[in-house]
Amino acid sequence: MNQLKNFSKGFIKENPVFVLFLGLCPTLGTTNSAINGISMGLATTFVLVMSNFVISLIARLIPNKVRIPAYIVIIASFVTIVDLLMKAFMNTPGVNFEPSLYDQLGIFIPLIVVNCIVLGRAEAFASKNNVVTSLIDGIGIGFGFTFALFLLGSVREILGSGSIFNLKFIQGDGILLFVSPPGAFLALGFLIMLMNKLSQKIS
Amino acid sequence: MEYILIIVSAVFVNNIVLTKFLGLCPFIGVSNRVDTAIGMSGAVTFVMVIATIVTYLIQQYILVPLGISFTQTITFILVIASLVQLVEIILKKVSPSLYQALGIFLPLITTNCAILGVAILAVQRDFTLVESVVFAIGNALGFGLALITFSGIRDQLNLVDVPKGMQGVPIAFIIAGLMAMAFAGFTGIVK
Repeated sequence: MNQLKNFSKGFIKENPVFVLFLGLCPTLGTTNSAINGISMGLATTFVLVMSNFVISLIARLIPNKVRIPAYIVIIASFVTIVDLLMKAFMNTPGVNFEPSLYDQLGIFIPLIVVNCIVLGRAEAFASKNNVVTSLIDGIGIGFGFTFALFLLGSVREILGSGSIFNLKFIQGDGILLFVSPPGAFLALGFLIMLMNKLSQKIS
Repeated sequence: MEYILIIVSAVFVNNIVLTKFLGLCPFIGVSNRVDTAIGMSGAVTFVMVIATIVTYLIQQYILVPLGISFTQTITFILVIASLVQLVEIILKKVSPSLYQALGIFLPLITTNCAILGVAILAVQRDFTLVESVVFAIGNALGFGLALITFSGIRDQLNLVDVPKGMQGVPIAFIIAGLMAMAFAGFTGIVK
């Protein structure tokens, strides 16, 4: 398929969250605000793109029996890089002793390594396609994932704390349900229904 | 007693699926029927407890003394992946019927974020080895509780009129949200 289609399929047609239902743990766990959602999406995109790149390069050199552990090691290495970089550069607490971005994303950063999207793309796509196609696939799917996280994060933040990108536009609290676990499930359920209706109308 | 608090906390107050958002992929994907849910819970319990023990020991006696605890992610996931392979091979030999029953679920457990999540959490919280085992058992029980109740509800969905746009995954998330609300009622029991 041409590269433009390769890139754009990650947004609507093969959106990892709304269509493929992969990578659900970070989707619900890091979207209590739009910024957290976008950061998580970008961190995952970095790992996805880099591991797609490396795996498409050396897939033919890896014996078939050990390919899954080999992919896991490659992915885990990039996750460790992201983890250490974020620990170093995005770890400053906020003005009112709010947790830093690194602490807000918490355990979900190392959990990128078991994000089904990354291993799934490596197995299904990167190991069978050339470097450029795999790179673009990684970027497309990664941005689609980031887009989904941004959507869910914004909905939860606007409804739950009455702010967007940490700028409050109401006084006091919003519907606190939405920044807590139950609200995450509910918001995602409705969002999936809306996105599927939308993509049906488009196609 | 400490251990009872750990179990109550892991099963109800901080339920791994409904509060901590770990183990969601099998939660949504495998929970259509109660018997598959029970099989998955059993497999997860088995792997989670053993994985927590092994990763705890590796962290305590290899990673920290050698000062290489930054390799935690890589080491832990490799341990879990190999463990799952090992469990598969052993189960095939020792109990072929159980292997058949659990069949497809075993390889899926490697990418279950609950296993890696619990392993990392147990290490982060400075538990002793016994406390880590209790923590793992508690979390596995919580996972099983959530999964089996959830699949019981989903099983009943076939008898109800679900709006077309909601069928399948969206209604599953709504149900999960309602369950999470119920579990949120446990907040504050254990600090």
